[in-house]
Amino acid sequence: MNTLTLFKVAAVALRVNLLRSILTMLGIIIGVAAVIIMLALGAGARYDVDQQIKSLGGNVFVIFARGRFSGGAREASGSSQGLTEMDALAIEQQIPQVNVAAPTMRASGQLIYGNMNWAPEIHGVDNRIYAAQSWQVVEGRTFSDTELASAARVAVIGQTVKRELFGAGDALGQTVRVNKMPVTIIGVLNGKGQNTQGNDQDDLIFMPLDTVRKRIAGLTLSSPKAVRSIIVQVEDERDMADVEQQMDSLLRQRLRSTDSEPPFRIRNLSEMIATRSETMQIFNGLLAAVASVSLLVGGIGIMNIMLVSVTERTREIGLRMAVGAEPKVIMKQFLIEAVLLCGLGGAIGLALAVAVSLSLQHFAGLTAIIELHVVLMSVGFSCLIGIFFGYYPATKAAGLQPIDALRYE
Amino acid sequence: MTTAVIATLALEKHYQMGGQHLRALKGVDINIAGGEFVAVMGPSGSGKSTFMNLLGCLDSPSLGRILLQGDDVSRLSAAQLARVRNKYIGFVFQQFNLLPRTTALDNVMLPLLYSNTPKHEAIRRATECLQLVGLAQRMDHHPAQLSGGQQQRVAIARALVNQPALLLADEPTGALDSETGLEIMQLFQQLHQQGKTIVLVTHEPDIAAFAGRQLTFRDGELIADKKTQPQNAAVALQQFRQQRLAQVSA
Repeated sequence: MNTLTLFKVAAVALRVNLLRSILTMLGIIIGVAAVIIMLALGAGARYDVDQQIKSLGGNVFVIFARGRFSGGAREASGSSQGLTEMDALAIEQQIPQVNVAAPTMRASGQLIYGNMNWAPEIHGVDNRIYAAQSWQVVEGRTFSDTELASAARVAVIGQTVKRELFGAGDALGQTVRVNKMPVTIIGVLNGKGQNTQGNDQDDLIFMPLDTVRKRIAGLTLSSPKAVRSIIVQVEDERDMADVEQQMDSLLRQRLRSTDSEPPFRIRNLSEMIATRSETMQIFNGLLAAVASVSLLVGGIGIMNIMLVSVTERTREIGLRMAVGAEPKVIMKQFLIEAVLLCGLGGAIGLALAVAVSLSLQHFAGLTAIIELHVVLMSVGFSCLIGIFFGYYPATKAAGLQPIDALRYE
Repeated sequence: MTTAVIATLALEKHYQMGGQHLRALKGVDINIAGGEFVAVMGPSGSGKSTFMNLLGCLDSPSLGRILLQGDDVSRLSAAQLARVRNKYIGFVFQQFNLLPRTTALDNVMLPLLYSNTPKHEAIRRATECLQLVGLAQRMDHHPAQLSGGQQQRVAIARALVNQPALLLADEPTGALDSETGLEIMQLFQQLHQQGKTIVLVTHEPDIAAFAGRQLTFRDGELIADKKTQPQNAAVALQQFRQQRLAQVSA
């Protein structure tokens, strides 16, 4: 009897006890679906992190000015005379692996347009910021040199700011008030959406460094060229460690810092994100492990039903043996039944997982990615469960003596 | 003398039952020639079922030999025995043993599945056998849709489909009423006339009388082996129907 015929025989046997077959499969269906969904959510989270790192560039450092001790009182971060635009320039020029080093300043303030108001992050930047953070100006233009030099009242806004203040209307050329100072919108940035922490990356406004420094922050700065942070983009990710070291010694030298704790802090952004996402990965792995336990329980259910089935069909087995079925053919028949139950359960579980993942993505805004190897593995694994848990019942069936089986009541 | 389809030489079967040694068959020598219709008789516990199982290659003897068409089948493995049964033996059981929820045609085709007969050939032969037992109109019926006699006919068709050397029937009329039993015996006699070799186990002398040779077992030994002029089942059936008609009109 060839295998194809055996599959047909097994399919008929499963159809005869349809309700029982479905209930048995349910364990496998739920197990497979749970494992796939958990792995899909894990893969989705990993994808999000990768995307974020990619959007930042996995090759980006942020150097923060650290609050310095002065007469025993610790000043707020960014208020020191620590980092200046010249430091940024020095990093860019003296460290060959560095593409661009963009100095930035941050301030808070309120934007008012007509009767609308909005409070985005206000960044003082020069034109290097676009390269350093992979921004593009999709409408209008970037700052001109004159505007940068003269602390001009101009701004480039993010998509969220545009939407909140202007709706569908045109933002270019409009004047908004930033802390009561009139500012003209000259450009709009491309949209980046949310990052993995759910923060809106488009809720910001760029203005020339000097504008923020002189007209908005209103801080008494130790240096007229002081900046809060420098965003550094490295040419090749593999040079990150080397560049970090070079920057550290360069800045220590420039800031004449001999302390063990220098007045700046160098952070590798992608590392920070990766660390934060690790917790989530572990959690997901744990859930997948729990889900695979349910797969195991499903397998035991298969074994149970197969044992019942062998007992119930003892006479049938006896008859098949009497008319010429070899023990190994009987064994194969019951194994195929178990594998068919599990394989079918696996396929239905997969379909369920796809449906659930899609709706999670659609309704809950989670990223779920079902990878091909997960699909192959889970369906393959459920077939293996069929073989594993079907083996004992099948051996039992094959080991029956035809005379005993035929006489079984 | 025609060649023996099946022969046994000093056949013994021993069982170990709860620490007790049971000698179910005590040296049986028998020769069944091609074209014979043999009835095996005896009370329960006489060893006739054990003998039947050994003839059918469902079991292996403890001592002695069984020759099936001259070949020794007494020391074969379970798988080899299965192939021998598939090729040379056709079984008819008391309880029919048809697969439920499976059509008559598929039931008859079952032995051919295990011999890897091509499907169209299997359908052709199964159809022929169903015609032979008079069930050409019922091929698509499930066992539950057939009467007891019809189910036993399907079982007989199944036993014939692989053109076996030996047809073994174990109490084939035991689960049937008298009239249907006679009809089945008539069918066996027809098959016998067509040259089939039939061994039939029964404890009813009336049924054994339709065979041309009666073997009687007692306590594991063959105590009688006689050849008689068989009764005609067709005639018996006619008489039975007339009697019943007379009873109804009386």
